[in-house]
Amino acid sequence: MSIIGATTGELLSRLERGELTSVELTTAYLDRINQVDGKVAAFITVNGEKALRQAADVDRRRQAKQPLGLLAGVPVAIKDVLCTKGLKTTCASTMLANFIPPYDAHVITQLRNADAILIGKTNMDEFAMGSTTETSAFQITRNPWDLDRTPGGSSGGSAAAVAAGMSPLALGTDTGGSIRQPAGFCSVVGMKPTYGRVSRFGMVAYGSSLDQIGPFANDVNGAALLAQVISGHDGRDSTSVNAPVPAYSQTVNQPLAGLRVGIAKEHFVEGLNPEVEQTLRTALHVYKSLGAEIKEVSLPHTSYGVAVYYLIAPSEASSNLARYDGVHYGHRATQFSNMIDMYATSRGEGFGSEVKRRIMLGTYALSAGYYDAYYLKALKVRRLIRQDYDKAFEQIDVLASPASPNPPSKVGEYSANPLAMYLEDIYTIGANLAGLPGISVPAGFTEAGLPVGIQLLAAPFEEEKLLRAARMYELATKWQGQRATL
Amino acid sequence: MAETLDIEKVRKVAVLARLKLSDAEIGDYATKLGNILKYVDTLNEVDTEGVVPMVHAVELSNVFRADEVQPSLPRAAALQNAPKTDGTFFLVPQILEDK
Repeated sequence: MSIIGATTGELLSRLERGELTSVELTTAYLDRINQVDGKVAAFITVNGEKALRQAADVDRRRQAKQPLGLLAGVPVAIKDVLCTKGLKTTCASTMLANFIPPYDAHVITQLRNADAILIGKTNMDEFAMGSTTETSAFQITRNPWDLDRTPGGSSGGSAAAVAAGMSPLALGTDTGGSIRQPAGFCSVVGMKPTYGRVSRFGMVAYGSSLDQIGPFANDVNGAALLAQVISGHDGRDSTSVNAPVPAYSQTVNQPLAGLRVGIAKEHFVEGLNPEVEQTLRTALHVYKSLGAEIKEVSLPHTSYGVAVYYLIAPSEASSNLARYDGVHYGHRATQFSNMIDMYATSRGEGFGSEVKRRIMLGTYALSAGYYDAYYLKALKVRRLIRQDYDKAFEQIDVLASPASPNPPSKVGEYSANPLAMYLEDIYTIGANLAGLPGISVPAGFTEAGLPVGIQLLAAPFEEEKLLRAARMYELATKWQGQRATL
Repeated sequence: MAETLDIEKVRKVAVLARLKLSDAEIGDYATKLGNILKYVDTLNEVDTEGVVPMVHAVELSNVFRADEVQPSLPRAAALQNAPKTDGTFFLVPQILEDK
């Protein structure tokens, strides 16, 4: 059986049985990166030497029968927005092109404790702002299923790395859909946990009230295991919730009896691609055949989600990104007239156009005379959106929708029209505004062979239910085994 | 339809945001931000009378922790990414004018 394309569970049991060493496994993935990443450009940094040293250490400890962590010897690719001690973390920005963090993000500590192998840092939209991975200052990542198309974003490098078999697992971050949308576009599993489930310590902040770190995997079980490893309380993130972490990987294979799957009538609107809609309807039939009940619910404020998000996220970003001033770290201009000019010139040079656009938008929305009309108004509608979901989840267990209204875009398609790109976030944004967990699962392909994902959302802290519902669907369909050929 | 934001307003916001922008960028943002702001105006359709603003998804308040001394970054690590340092401090351009 091949290593590339195997599921995390398969790899772990082969390692445990001694059929495979972590060094062999890690070497196979590094070779794969060498072979195909020239076409895909998913990685900004490949951590080859250190990864092999880590793998050799795990092998030695396994040989000595020492206790090992849950992901012992298995590679994980890391979105380049998560701080890795001693390993360059760029956020795909000129601003941080040479930034070497002096500490690990909490999730990286968790991965190290689980004996996972950090195989490399993946490309993304600059500072996670974008839906295509095209705003990276360094490279454009290509969709492994169609190299003329984007992998989605902003965690496009992580999604493409898993889809192209360059890593069985990856971490991404999701502020408005940045895990779930690229997962759908690349036919892999991607989950955004409940806000507060995973510590954001050491994650470079974009929209702090929306950001959450989550797993990518080539099957639901892999996502369950990685979610279990990274979840849990951390005092260094004051929004991290102190609640026990269920053993998701232990329960994920148990089907749910009497499952109530909701669909929102507001999701079937103009702009939804007919092939994507058909894919969702087919998925609902699968759930029905598994004994689930399909229920229509209403989310009356759905159409305002994008507007609310594109006020709140840039407002938070304009504040978060104020720290890049060329003083403590990051790019400093060489030509400037005084201190203030040094800030402005360094920032003007260091940030790309989408980042500057969002800082400008956020600064405008927070400025005197506009704060009430824009930012405060958005926060009020945000509560109404959350109340819609609360009401819906009184009647249903999970809410099914497309992950995105259209299949992956062509490279360059949105460059002249950012608003058109923003509108594509309609199905994913609600979960961030309301803080809900969500998962995107492969659900088939368009006639042109482009991946389509379905998204499931659940009430806060119902990850276990979400993963079990997703696994039921995965086992009943043939999409999990499909791999992009490169 | 393209709704253009006033160029002077864009310049003012750029000063607030500490962003040095080219004239081309200012012009581009005037159009694109104008379009986005026109779109977000749809929120005015929503009646939010009496609705409490939702700042966070998990509405925790007053998260306290024990006031204990924890190890902090060693100086060398804190300075390792500094654009300019003398090994003890971060160095910045002179702020006060010479007399």
